[in-house]
Amino acid sequence: MYRDRKEWADLEPVPQDDGPNPVVKIAYSDKFTDVYDYFRALLKNDEKSDRALLLTAEAIELNAANYTVWHYRRVLLQALEKDLREEMRYITAIIEDQPKNYQVWHHRRMVVEWLNDPSEELEFIAEILSQDAKNYHAWQHRQWVIKEYKLWDSELEYVEQLLEEDVRNNSAWNQRHYIISHTTGYSDPAILNREVQYSLKQIKKAPHNESVWNYLKGILQDLGLSSHPGLLEQILELKETHCSPYLLGFLVDIYEDFLENTLEHHEEVLSKALELCELLAREKDTIRREYWSYVGRSLQTKYGSTSNRLIWIHSH
Amino acid sequence: MESVSSPLRCFGECHTAEKYTDDGVETVTSVEQRKVERSIQEVVSVYKQIHSLPPTLLRDQHYQYLKKGLRHLSDAYECLDASRPWLCYWILHSLELLEEPVPTAIASDVCKFLARCQSPTGGFAGGPCQAAHLAPTYAAVNALCIIGTQEAYNIIDREKLLSFLFSVKQPDGSFVMHIGGEVDVRSTYCAASVASLTNIMTPTLFQDTPTWIVSCQNWEGGLGGVPGLEAHGGYTFCGMAAMVILGKEHMLDLKSLLRWVASRQMRYEGGFQGRCNKLVDGCYSFWQAGLLPLLHRALFKGGDSTLSLQKWMFEQQALQEYILLCCQNPAGGLLDKPGKSRDFYHTCYCLSGLSVAQHFGNMDLHHELIVGREENRLVIVFSSLQAPSHPVYNICPEKVAQAIQHFHQLPVPVPAQKEGSSACNTTTDHS
Repeated sequence: MYRDRKEWADLEPVPQDDGPNPVVKIAYSDKFTDVYDYFRALLKNDEKSDRALLLTAEAIELNAANYTVWHYRRVLLQALEKDLREEMRYITAIIEDQPKNYQVWHHRRMVVEWLNDPSEELEFIAEILSQDAKNYHAWQHRQWVIKEYKLWDSELEYVEQLLEEDVRNNSAWNQRHYIISHTTGYSDPAILNREVQYSLKQIKKAPHNESVWNYLKGILQDLGLSSHPGLLEQILELKETHCSPYLLGFLVDIYEDFLENTLEHHEEVLSKALELCELLAREKDTIRREYWSYVGRSLQTKYGSTSNRLIWIHSH
Repeated sequence: MESVSSPLRCFGECHTAEKYTDDGVETVTSVEQRKVERSIQEVVSVYKQIHSLPPTLLRDQHYQYLKKGLRHLSDAYECLDASRPWLCYWILHSLELLEEPVPTAIASDVCKFLARCQSPTGGFAGGPCQAAHLAPTYAAVNALCIIGTQEAYNIIDREKLLSFLFSVKQPDGSFVMHIGGEVDVRSTYCAASVASLTNIMTPTLFQDTPTWIVSCQNWEGGLGGVPGLEAHGGYTFCGMAAMVILGKEHMLDLKSLLRWVASRQMRYEGGFQGRCNKLVDGCYSFWQAGLLPLLHRALFKGGDSTLSLQKWMFEQQALQEYILLCCQNPAGGLLDKPGKSRDFYHTCYCLSGLSVAQHFGNMDLHHELIVGREENRLVIVFSSLQAPSHPVYNICPEKVAQAIQHFHQLPVPVPAQKEGSSACNTTTDHS
């Protein structure tokens, strides 16, 4: 306990003052109380010393979410001109232990910035992702490092490796979009086609994977789903052998885009779209019944002929 | 008003068909999903055998759990020692949803405690003598508005709060969560919420903020924490709600957002996942389902005439069943999913989501769908901005109206400070 240590006897601990009738009062352990009483004392005196730095580590271990302690630690690191390489080792260990905490990742970012050295980052983050491939903080840190230090080169390869391990990893699909958007972009038809083919390949392997369907829509929607040659035909073919609610929803999206951008065959396309919305609402995606009914009504209102519109809406 | 005391959706013969299809390709995602489905199936089948009663909200048990927590918390809560205003808010909001009054004495004690959490330089901190942070600031202001007494309102130092908001404002329109802290879309919601409730919005405070929030919307249709990140329920709620407060919701692609959030409801479990291909969690009952009232209102404002007049665009019954059957601890408190421990965060957001699922409409048009017994009905969690009521603030509408009325009698403080500099540089002094 700090209260028993000779080297700390000069400092008067500052107990937490919750007032006479506390609320949400936490039954802190003795150790917690001791460490934080001394932390408050350091803060009060604005002490900048090695012993203060050591104490922040203990305070962090007791509550790694205490952002006030982290901030103070950073102040100390700068004031005492501490070895930041050592700090990197420290924060690496803390993150391994508590990878779902905001403060630890922010701290690491600060140290990397001070050192201006991202060389360990991709490997470290990959290690964390190997334990939890969807850790949001890890991905956030990864995107920051890559953008800040222009480390784009090997990332698509890394994403493909992750998708190989789990084709349903939505974070990896997001990263795929991130890399391509920030490098080649999707406007080059060769790139777009490569991505469409890649997506269709993954769909054939696991048709009920929502991520890949969302990705396919995501990359085509700016240009327009109905504008991609042969896509509708390919999807209709897949419908026979690899059907899913996602495929049906995708067809609705293609038909809607067609209605938006073409003047011919409206009635035919509209009726196909409405049929699908009905099928989804009634049978294939009933959890989204209200949503698909709304989509149907919206399409009918926007593209339907006046006479049909009223009849249709009243029955749905 | 509809009361559904028989057929539960999860008892239906079609329910089993809603289980996950892994196409014979097993990955971590599909394995985890199937485990959860198995545990839900277990809960449902036990329920079928044991209970002849309709699903019941365990009001008394939750009340006891909340009442105790408002005073005392075990050392398991040491990890929330920098979030104590949150604990106040989660508990007080849960109590107001259950229509349990907070005794005057304890309400006053909460006020006095939150006063101790207020920073001398403005904003509220996670506890006494800690640094100000937008999240506990949001929670403290909400808690004080729930209490709604003059004492509560008077705690807030509006001038200093405004200068705190300016101090965390970034040139690109975003906000850091605290001095020397991280940026993400939560901060815009926290800032917009407190600024609008306490009437301290100035013309420049949210300059460029809507544009920044829009840049968080991605290819999936939802919003990520910062531009480029995966769409996520918590961040999407924060972004959308902030845009609603700022009156700029039409800048978002509402159609894609709607598609994304509607797709987050799990066909088997009935609850919501936070991200595509991840697991259901009771707290998303609010963060995700709570988006549908916001979207409904935004689309309505935009002239949409095909919106339902009776229902939100998610399966309200299925969500209620998930919460009531799978997210209640029999000793009180609510939780993420079966097998997880109860906590006050999940208690707050499961109950908030339950309220959204039970009530459709605004002040003029109100339609209820209560699963189980009539006694399960919760207070409406809507709040009125102008006319319609929606869960922007996630406190009861009367409290929002009362707070806005009170603070609008006061003049907007004159900003003393300019915007803060870049978040990423450490400051050598700390508040």
